[in-house]
Amino acid sequence: MKIVVCIKQVPNTNKVKLDPATGTLLRKGIPSIINPDDKAGLEAALRLKDRHGAQVTALSMGPPQAEAALREALAMGADEAVLLTDRAFGGADTWATSSTLAAALKRLEHDLIITGRQAIDGDTAQVGPQIAEHLGLPNISYAEELRLESDHIVVKRQYEDRCHVIKAKLPCLVTALAELNKPRYMTPGGIFTAYAKPIRVWGRADLDVDEADIGLNGSPTRVFKSFDKQARGTGSKVEMDPQAAAAWLVERLQEKFIL
Amino acid sequence: MSNINDYKGVFVFVQQVDGTAAGVAYELLGKGRELAGKLNAEVTVVLPGYKVGGLAAALARYGADRVILVDDPALETYMTEPYTRALTAVVNEFKPGILLCGATSIGRDLAPRVSARVRTGLTADCTALEIQEETGDLLMTRPAFGGNVMATIVCRERRPQMATVRPGVMRRLEPRAGASCPVVDFKVAGLAEGRNVEILEISKKVSAKLDIQEAKVLVAGGRGLGGPENFRLLEKLAEVLGGTLASSRACVDAGWCDKELQVGQTGKTVRPNLYIACGISGAIQHLAGMEEAEVIIAVNKDAGAPIFEVADYGVVGDVHKIVPQFIEQIKAAQAAKEQQDP
Repeated sequence: MKIVVCIKQVPNTNKVKLDPATGTLLRKGIPSIINPDDKAGLEAALRLKDRHGAQVTALSMGPPQAEAALREALAMGADEAVLLTDRAFGGADTWATSSTLAAALKRLEHDLIITGRQAIDGDTAQVGPQIAEHLGLPNISYAEELRLESDHIVVKRQYEDRCHVIKAKLPCLVTALAELNKPRYMTPGGIFTAYAKPIRVWGRADLDVDEADIGLNGSPTRVFKSFDKQARGTGSKVEMDPQAAAAWLVERLQEKFIL
Repeated sequence: MSNINDYKGVFVFVQQVDGTAAGVAYELLGKGRELAGKLNAEVTVVLPGYKVGGLAAALARYGADRVILVDDPALETYMTEPYTRALTAVVNEFKPGILLCGATSIGRDLAPRVSARVRTGLTADCTALEIQEETGDLLMTRPAFGGNVMATIVCRERRPQMATVRPGVMRRLEPRAGASCPVVDFKVAGLAEGRNVEILEISKKVSAKLDIQEAKVLVAGGRGLGGPENFRLLEKLAEVLGGTLASSRACVDAGWCDKELQVGQTGKTVRPNLYIACGISGAIQHLAGMEEAEVIIAVNKDAGAPIFEVADYGVVGDVHKIVPQFIEQIKAAQAAKEQQDP
């Protein structure tokens, strides 16, 4: 069984600010981590490997320093790692990102693909289902539990107030929630061998993908502008009798469409 | 792809479960009307499901000019592939300029698949939508990085312009009594073909033990409650709002409630749509865990409590007197709204 896990390196915070001069993100001094949903996906793959035996490949697209995330994946127990890095991939929206990753996945054998549900920097939850679409595979989003039964996978997931247990034939793609499990730590031995394992680095020339489907030029969506969210202003404060105060609060909730 | 000028009008995907339309669909209709007004275009609802034609009348009252009904047994329960086929077929046939979906778990599963299949862009979780006057393009604004940064996104060269929109941020219209609209019964062949995914079991989620980090509404108690028995009052408030209980560290340390409920530096960081702080003074360690909440209400008898510095709406007064009133009036408001809703 071959499992490919897509992981993204993200800044370890959601308290990011924009550079007022350039409008770009200020990332200086913020450590990077494997995106939490992706890390749970990796752990799920490693548990399948522990139980049933599997070859686990970690795949990431990003700048050269995303190698650190792949080293961590190897140290946790992934067997091999592939980094997609090329200026031509830069500036991609979810559409171009998913077509790039899908092109790489066509070169990697896979019975099961696991991605995180969403990354903490973008929060779109789009790349997983879009990869599946590009590859013509079914996707099962928001896995909370996952097990393998001969040639298919059984996944428990939430849709609104319903819980679905779903069975899918392999190959397929599953998006994982951080709640799926508690990822293991890297072991000293794992860290040692992680550096012995090679990371394959693929660029534009290594992928069979249309120029019109990658990078900024292949992105249907563009950022028109970005801005810091306005700081929380001082709110209003009232002191009145309980009945009037309650009525005032109900009106505020109606204004905000909460009621 | 065909000429993007062929793509016109605002389309709204209506998600329904067991024949009940998700509330966000009516909100999208309200927004859709506004956008369509700017574009001098129509609002079309796309309604996939099985035996769901009965929803059309209510959708007309809330602003639809036309309903495209895709009624098929394969669409009875949401599954990614049959719904993707249905919506893709509608896009290819009717060519929407704009296609809006609720950013629910179903919408966020379906919309990416459809966008990839029809080769267009998709903007997730929008909180604001407007039409750029010069170009007529849709400006889609969304939070990123946990809401600290807002980005406005455009999709200039492909159609439809697709967005998922957060429930609760758009305003539904007052229903137009007696309004009706044409219903197009659109048949899509082969929705169930080649099925390789099967639902084994569906159960209703039991929400009693919802994690406070997942909750949309949190009602949090602090030392000002005076004792553990008073948490029952907050439990009632949480119940009417479909929310979950949370607490400050003081209550956990005093043994009034479980550590699982603790918000703050040494507890959990939460970002609900609504946070109601009752009898919480607002130590800096507590604020660190909750100040990212969308809307904060604070009730505290000390007018100088720091919690009021982050609260959008503060009430100075006795929690034990205000909360029961608040519960009653919320119930009354909900009952009034229910009468009005389809």
